[in-house]
Formats: sequence, structure tokens, C-alpha cells
Amino acid sequence: MAGSQKPLKITGALFLLIFAFNGLAADTRSPVEKVHFLIPAGPGGGWDGTARGVGEAMVKSGLVTDVSFENLSGGGGGKAIAKFIETAPRQKNTLLISSTPIIVRSLQKIFPQSFRDLQPVASVIADYSCFAVHADSEFQDWQAVTKQFLSNPRKVKVAGGSVRGSTDHFVIAKALELAAGNPRKVIYIPYDGGGKAMAGLLTGETQVLSTGLSEAIEMHRAGEIRILAVTASERLVDTPDIPTLTEQGFDITFANWRGFFAAPGYAQSHYDNMALTIAGVIDTPEFEVVRARNGWAKLHIEGDAFYNYLVSQEADIGTLMRELGFLRN
Amino acid sequence: MLDGLILGFHTVLSLENLVLVLAGCAVGTIIGMLPGLGPISAIALMIPITYGFDPASGMILLAGVYYGAIFGGSTSSILINAPGVAGTVATSFDGYPLAKSGHASKALAIAAYASFAGGTIAAILLVILAPYLAELSLGFQSADYFVLMLLGLCLVAAFATNGEYLKALLMTCFGLALSTVGTDLTSGVQRFTFGQMDLIDGISFLLLAMGTFAMAEALLMVIRGPEASFTGLRAPSMMLERQEINDISPVVGRSSVLGFFVGVLPGAGATIASFLAYGMEKNLAKDGDQFGKGNIKGLAAPETANNAACTGSFVPLLTLGIPGSGTTAVLLGALIAYGIQPGPRLFIDQPEIFWAVIASMYVGNLFLLVLNLPLIPYIAKILTIPRTLLIPIIMFFSLMGVYLVSFNTFDIQILAIIAIFAVALRLMAFPMAPLLLGFILGSILEDNLRRAVTLADGQWSFLWERPITLCLILLTIVVLFSPLVRKLFRR
Repeated sequence: MAGSQKPLKITGALFLLIFAFNGLAADTRSPVEKVHFLIPAGPGGGWDGTARGVGEAMVKSGLVTDVSFENLSGGGGGKAIAKFIETAPRQKNTLLISSTPIIVRSLQKIFPQSFRDLQPVASVIADYSCFAVHADSEFQDWQAVTKQFLSNPRKVKVAGGSVRGSTDHFVIAKALELAAGNPRKVIYIPYDGGGKAMAGLLTGETQVLSTGLSEAIEMHRAGEIRILAVTASERLVDTPDIPTLTEQGFDITFANWRGFFAAPGYAQSHYDNMALTIAGVIDTPEFEVVRARNGWAKLHIEGDAFYNYLVSQEADIGTLMRELGFLRN
Repeated sequence: MLDGLILGFHTVLSLENLVLVLAGCAVGTIIGMLPGLGPISAIALMIPITYGFDPASGMILLAGVYYGAIFGGSTSSILINAPGVAGTVATSFDGYPLAKSGHASKALAIAAYASFAGGTIAAILLVILAPYLAELSLGFQSADYFVLMLLGLCLVAAFATNGEYLKALLMTCFGLALSTVGTDLTSGVQRFTFGQMDLIDGISFLLLAMGTFAMAEALLMVIRGPEASFTGLRAPSMMLERQEINDISPVVGRSSVLGFFVGVLPGAGATIASFLAYGMEKNLAKDGDQFGKGNIKGLAAPETANNAACTGSFVPLLTLGIPGSGTTAVLLGALIAYGIQPGPRLFIDQPEIFWAVIASMYVGNLFLLVLNLPLIPYIAKILTIPRTLLIPIIMFFSLMGVYLVSFNTFDIQILAIIAIFAVALRLMAFPMAPLLLGFILGSILEDNLRRAVTLADGQWSFLWERPITLCLILLTIVVLFSPLVRKLFRR
């Protein structure tokens, strides 16, 4: 029996360790200057990185003293949204991170809620879409891709890092439609993640890659692939050599924003305070370090303007997805 | 190349970096041992700590965490049948029976030696073959992945117990069916989710492994009573006999090479490598019918292969900037955060980082061995806990392991349902390993097949048009028909 004591102690210690590692121990004693981040996915993804990055800047700049994080994955983010709304009275200081897929997924009815059921506080950063080809590709510009697509869509197979009907798919379908092509003829090849889609382009089995700029920029700089177009409204400061779709004559802009939402049912003054906190953090040198480190483009829209931005993006994406046959009604 | 390696060791063998390797390995081992929590969580949580360091030191620490997690993951697989990480699920097939029969110390020692050998042999292969490997990993197209997974499925016979092949086949089909739950990648349509939001992302492999092995095992111990549980530590010695060393050496050699090359492919990974190695060794072994009952070869093969695959997965990451797995995707994020551009130019622009990571593989593997061997007798004592305490502990860690990955209570309900089904099936002598094999290969098989058919404009000619695909097809046919041919000749 003597031998049984030690392992038990070990298990106890391991147990404590897990909680220490997950930062679950939110301190309730500090009532002011406190933010709890709800991340609708497991550790390690884009949402997680953004929330933890903003949280890090909050603490380091001294603007917020008490920051905690909570991961809750499931249902493409829907699980966390449902829980957030359900427990709203207890979520006064909580900010939920989300991004463009919240709009896409509510349009697709993957989850019943939309951003309207939450209180949009502010967007912080954006990633633009881009279209790339292999460095050895015959396509020198986007025009060349559209020409080939018009003559033979089978020679323009598009790799993307997520399922059919997601942003990677409909952005390129729209861009090809603007070139007088039939968007339903786009042969979209979905891969399980941006990295595997990149491999799909490099192995030569697909001709074009549709992905987020941040996922492709390093390979472009390394000379392995050539980014032909980006969906920003004007050329980006970090990538002045990449032309926009607009300047090539295709009137489409698209930003995959990442931003924060508060729980519904609180006073407007509370939301204003939260928006003010985020605005304060974004201007600190500490956030600039985090932003530059990750290569994020700043996109700060807050309050009503953010809400209106979401409404118009929802309308745009909805129209687009209906046109392309991804939505039935 | 030799200059590079010397440069790498020069970087790693500073006091600061040695401490970081040690710290990374230790933290990784502890997190890896906890059922469920794997290298992805471990690395994601360690990244913020590394921001103050220079990039080489940061990568050395994170790489240490990665090897440590895979190393530590085998411990809970062997001792309580609850896989610490997905890559060590196959480790429990023979590791747990060994522990149950009182040879826990020896099983842990074999796992440690096999991991060390797998990691080290793979690191040597990496140094020698690095320039060609990038090409190899880009030579594999969707059609090739499809056939490779088909080859993996043909190994299913290896996972049958007592020659009950039909049962193994049924369970494989069950696994294939389960893998279709969730959003279909190719069409974007939700399949078999029954309107449940929580099933949109499908069932996680780790959850399934936890339910069919750890939870079901704990429940079976209750049902079958005291005689079915552990025999304690009959042989506390972790020394291997000469004959045993001779037995596992060729296994370790083959599994290292297999694991490494599977790891190099961006679409496969450590879990598949360990299953393939297990299947291959069972087919090759003369005492193959002893696999699954505590055969040391069946333990050494997956343990070697998963560590070799981890090392292999650094090839597409460092030479191409392509993450082939969730873990390497997190590592890629860390590299970019340090301001480093992984890709073909890393090797030329920042050789000190490239080689430091490789050198840290040798040092890390050595540290892990030195760190783990002395602890084995103490860790193995967990099994001397009376079963009235041990069963709840196993259940507690399984539940917690599943919960801490998703923080979703629905997963716990699914775990309970799976465990109950698994107990019923196991009481009827249905094997669980083929279920996991079918499940893990299923979605990759399906996605790649559908991609390959679309890419070939609906033609099936992709099956023989490229030499790689054709070779893999022929190999599959050989594996499939060799037992039949052997039988015919024996007559």
C-alpha cells in the first residue's frame, strides 16, 4: 500500500499542471479592467492566435490587468456562440473572437445564430484573399488565367484550403464570373487546410491556388509561387508588388476580418467602454509588435460602423453565394 | 552538409540551448503523458514563452516539446490503455497487454529505446537525404495518397485477433462508416450529423481511441472482476535479454525507414505511420499470431515509426514551408512569428536555424532517453495502485483528456456512448484496432480519391498513368494476394 501514495501525488500534480497550462484559473477578485476571451476553436488556430495576441498586447501595455482565455470548439464555432448567448448574463467582460466565416456559416444555416444575436464591438485585423500560380506556370497575370478559363475551364483547376462553398471557393468563382466566365464551371479542388492546398499547387496537380494572403506570402517571397492578384481595394504596404483585382479590371474586393463580439443585453455604455479598450490596445506599440510578428493587416472598424460593415458584407456574400448556387434561397 | 551539422551542434551545444532542449523535452513528456493533450496544445501554449528568445533557441525549445510529447504519449498508452497522443494509439495494442501481464517496466523501456532509435535513425536519414526529400514529398499527388491508404487498408488482416478475419473486416467497415460523419470536404454537405451542431466537425480520432480502448477497458475490468485486471509488476526488471534485442532490432530498422518516409508526406503523419508499421511487422513476423497479446515487436514497431514520422514531418515544414499536420502548422506559425520564412531558401539564408533544429533532434532524443529511463520504475508503479482506485483514475483521465482538447461537454457524452458500444462489441470478441484503422484511413482515402477523380476529369486512368501510382497499385495487389499465393504453393 505504501507504494500507492506516490503515484497519487503525481496524478494530483499533473492535474494542477493542466489547469495552469490552460489558464483556466480566471481570477474573480479583480472587478475592473478585466477581459475574458472566448475562442470558438481549439488552441493553435487563427482565432486563437488573434485573441491571445490582442490579450498579450493588453497585458503588456498595462491597459488591462486581468486577461483570461477560454477555448470551446465545435460546430464550426457555433457551439461557442450558442453558449455565449445562453450564458450572456454571466459574460459581462467576455469578448468572443470571430471572423468572416461567422457570416458564411450563418448564411449556410450551419448554426442558427448570426452576428445580429451578438453585440459587434470592433474588428481588429484583416486577411485578404489572393490567387497564386506555380512559379513555373505559363500564367503571368490574372488576365491569362481568365483567358484560359474561358477557353477551357478544365485547364484551370483551383486548389483551396477549405470545403466547397467556403470563402476560398466563392471569391475565385466571383472573380472568374467578372471575366464573363460561368462560375459554376470552376473546378474547385478542396484540401484539408491551406498547407495541403499549397502542396497541391506545388505538386502540379492543380493550376491555381485560392487562399488567404498570409498563408501564401512567404512562398511568394521565396519565389516558389507567383501571386497574381489580391482582393484588397488598393495595393498593400507590405506587398507593393502584388496587383489588386480592381486595378486589373475586376471589380471585387474581399476582406476576411477578425474581430470581437460582446454578449447581448448590456448597456450601450458598457459596449462603448469595451470598444474604447480595443481601440486603445490597437494603437499601442505592443500591439504593433504582435501585428508585425504575424504579418496581419490592420482593419479597425468599431461600434455601429462595424455592424453596418457586417450587414453589407452579409448582403454581398449572400448575393454571391446565391448566384453561384451555394445557397438555395 | 557536415559543415552544416557542425554549425547546428555549435548552436545547440551552448548552455542556454541545452537547458532549453531539456526543458522542452521535460514539459513535452509530461503533457504527452496526459491522455488526450498532445503536441498541438503543448506547442501552442509554449509559443508565447519563446517570443523573447532568438529564433533558433525558440525552435529548439518547441522541437523538444514536440519530441517529448510523442515520447511521453506512449506511457499512458502502455500503462492505462489511454493514448496520450493520437500517434501512440497503436502503441497500446501490444504495450498494454505487456503491462497487464506484469511487464510494464520492460514495455516502457522498449518504448523508450524504440522511440530513441526511431528519432535518431530518422534524423540521420534527414541529414543525408534532405535535398531529395523535398522533391519526394511534392512527387506525391492525390491519386498516390489514395492508393497508399488503400495499401494501408489491405493490412487490416494484421489487426484481426485469433484469425477472426470476418470480424476484423466488419470493424474496418464500421470505422470507414464512422469517418464519414461530419462536413464532407468535397461537397460541403453535412453527413450523418442528425442536425447536431457538435457533429459538424466529425468525431475526433483521439476520442474514438479513448472510448474504445481506455474507457471500455476500465468498464471491462469492472464487468470481468478481479482476475481480468492487472497482475501487478511481476517482472520489475527493465533489462532486455539478448534474444529480445535480436528480435526487435530489425523491426526498429524497418519501422524507422517506413515511419520517416510516411512522415515526409504532407498528407499522412505519425498516426498512419504507426499503424502501417504495426501492420507490416505483423505480416512479416513468424510469430504474427502473438501480435496484440503482448508481443515486443508489436510494441517496438509503432513506437519507432511514430517518432521517425515526427522527424520526417520537419522535411516539408523546413524545406518547403508546408505544414503536413496540425502540429507542424502550429510550428510554422511560430517560425513566421519569429520573422523566419521557412521554405527552400531557409537552408541558404538562415542555415544556423535549419541545422540547429536538426542538431536538436539528436540532442533531444538522447535527453529523452536519459530523462525517461531512470523514471520508468517509478512510473510503472502506477499499476500497483489497487484496482478500486485505478479504474476511477483511468476513467477520470480519459474524460479529462477528451474534455481538455475541445472544452465541449458533448464530446464527453459521445465518449460514453462509444465506450458502451465498445464494451458490448468487445464482449463478443470484436477487435477494436481495425475500427480505428478504418476510421483514420477513411476520410483521407475518400477525400483523395474524390480529388483524384475530379482532377482526372472523371477518368480512372489516374490509377496507372503515373509511375508512383502504378508502383503503389502493384504493391497493393501483392500484399492483397500474397497470402493466397503462399497457400497455393504450400499445397
